[in-house]
Amino acid sequence: MSVSGSLREPALAKRHRIGQLFEWACCGSTWFGMVVLSLLLLSIGWKAMAWPIPDADAVDRAAATKTDAKANALLSPRPLSTRFLTSYDSRVPQKAGIKAALWGSLWLLVFVTITTVPVGVGAAVYLEEYSNEGRWKRIIQVNLSNLAGVPSIVYGILGLTVFVRMFGLFGHDGKVLDFNLGFAMLSIPLPFERSVISGALTLSLLVLPTVIVAAQEALRAVPSSIRTASYALGATQWQTIRHQVLPAAMPGIMTGVILSLSRAMGETAPLIMIGALTYLAKCPGKIDSLSAVWQHPTGLLEAPFDVFTSLPIQIFNWVSRAQPEYDHLAAAGIMVLLVVLMMMNTAAILIRNRFQRRTQW
Amino acid sequence: MSVAQQSPSILVKNSGSLTRRFSWTRAREQVIRLVLFLCGALSLLTTAGIIAVLFNEAIYSFSGTAFFQTVSITDFLFDTVWAPQHPDKPRFGILPLLCGTFVIAGLGGIIGLPIGLASAIYLSEYAKPKMRRIVKPVLEILAGIPTVVYGYFALVFVTPYLLRPIFQTWLGISVDIFNAMSAGIVVGVMIIPTVCSLSEDALRAVPRGLREAGYALGSTKFDVSLKVVVPAALSGILASFLLAIARAIGETMAVTIAAGQQPRLTLNPFRGMETMTAYIVNISLGDTEAGSMEYKSLYAVALSLFVITLSMNVLAQWVLKRFREVYE
Repeated sequence: MSVSGSLREPALAKRHRIGQLFEWACCGSTWFGMVVLSLLLLSIGWKAMAWPIPDADAVDRAAATKTDAKANALLSPRPLSTRFLTSYDSRVPQKAGIKAALWGSLWLLVFVTITTVPVGVGAAVYLEEYSNEGRWKRIIQVNLSNLAGVPSIVYGILGLTVFVRMFGLFGHDGKVLDFNLGFAMLSIPLPFERSVISGALTLSLLVLPTVIVAAQEALRAVPSSIRTASYALGATQWQTIRHQVLPAAMPGIMTGVILSLSRAMGETAPLIMIGALTYLAKCPGKIDSLSAVWQHPTGLLEAPFDVFTSLPIQIFNWVSRAQPEYDHLAAAGIMVLLVVLMMMNTAAILIRNRFQRRTQW
Repeated sequence: MSVAQQSPSILVKNSGSLTRRFSWTRAREQVIRLVLFLCGALSLLTTAGIIAVLFNEAIYSFSGTAFFQTVSITDFLFDTVWAPQHPDKPRFGILPLLCGTFVIAGLGGIIGLPIGLASAIYLSEYAKPKMRRIVKPVLEILAGIPTVVYGYFALVFVTPYLLRPIFQTWLGISVDIFNAMSAGIVVGVMIIPTVCSLSEDALRAVPRGLREAGYALGSTKFDVSLKVVVPAALSGILASFLLAIARAIGETMAVTIAAGQQPRLTLNPFRGMETMTAYIVNISLGDTEAGSMEYKSLYAVALSLFVITLSMNVLAQWVLKRFREVYE
């Protein structure tokens, strides 16, 4: 650089040296994140790949007694296998799996999506398209940024009081509302107790602020010429939004929604609050495979009001047990959870990239 | 429909069709507008719900006795022992929980804030676009990892493979299995993405002209970055710090797993501590009867947590507004 000529001046040389050191420090900090991430993934992957090697005595004893657990420990070389995905939690670490947790998480995902997307997008549309910088918009906007900062555990307490107990309005035993749908009975217990629907509603409240803000940004990115063109052709405001603005903003909205949902999938604390942490050897509504849906479709109606567990809850459950084998199970569970989240994030990024390149205003 | 009922003179007036009159399309527009407004108002309802629930169980109950109707607020704030499970004489002094919370959040801040700010400076001032394209997604991934994973990492790796060899084996300081240090370290890592992305936005918003002026006066890049750009973006950086600390205070799972469940009034980071969030989780794991004192203490602790994080958020917004430098 041209600077080198003047470097003879000692004070300047010193300043450049300091500058260089500073740049290295900043660069190092930036790489710190990468190092931690790779350490985290490597160490958890390493834990997930193998059981602790049993000492020779244990092997001998197992061979002598042929007890189920010990024999299994020697048979399956690693916790992360297909058996892990298709079996329930167990008192014997070598037999434990995440089937109930996977189905529980799936149900949560479905219901959080159903409740969050319409409400979140609706609120964003109201804020961006209808309220023209009015007082309501300001109040709701400030409120949203405050809600986004509320710790998730506080949402858990809200869910516990409002959905699980319903303020104790229904007494000690609760009440059941029965609806005859013609082909099946839909029974809604009040309060919701420790059910999938309680968990899903709590998580929905938790992610709503992020969904709304993301959808708002997507709507803001749609140029106003599209709207004016639509009005000029005689469309009403709702017709304009429904047929022009929303389709144009859809990729952005979907990206935001998927990212928020992946956050909901990883949430643990609010679900513990509403009581999801249980040893569970069944899936919500007894639906444990696609064929089960055909055999007893009424399970679909029972599932939302059934008890549940979810992936992060299951992981936490294993982490808090003492035996070292459970550490390996937890690591395997984390690998599965991370893969699921990674898939959701990749989908979001793919949608973003694909439509960013295509749409040019 | 309504047109038929109107008198002829009004009909004539309205025949220009620009004046407002009833039509089904317009009614539908109004209904949709109302529904969308309700969606937006749900967020207000959530806030109201949180405040009402915490108020009802902690401060003044409309259907029973609330927490602060039994325990005096001075005891709660200044008693130094937190022992709600004590059979004869339960004591509710929140100081040990506050201490745990702030020690861990402080450790997290010491680690996370400088690293986050330094990487923000690097990304906005030094890094080439290619580097940004690599680093940004990694930070997004770090931000998206569930906190229960960080807790596992702290308990199973940070304590036995990092803290114990260094502090216990070399320096001879005993390190508990559950300790505040490991929790603080992972909380620090957790807040790096928040600090980095918010600060970077603030730094990039500083106009190029200020940097050019700095160079024209003979500054090095270091001078420009640290003495021109950072002060100009100070409000955004401070706000990002406050938000990150608020997040560290509200952090739950990592802290519950790594720091243990012993409410302890100490500043030694190598002992186990219990934070406010961890207490809430631990109580809800057990079979606590609704309506018992222990159950109500949950709401009192949650109320304190809510007040602390909310005031930090409000403070952050105030800093942003009050100290913002506006450029043309």
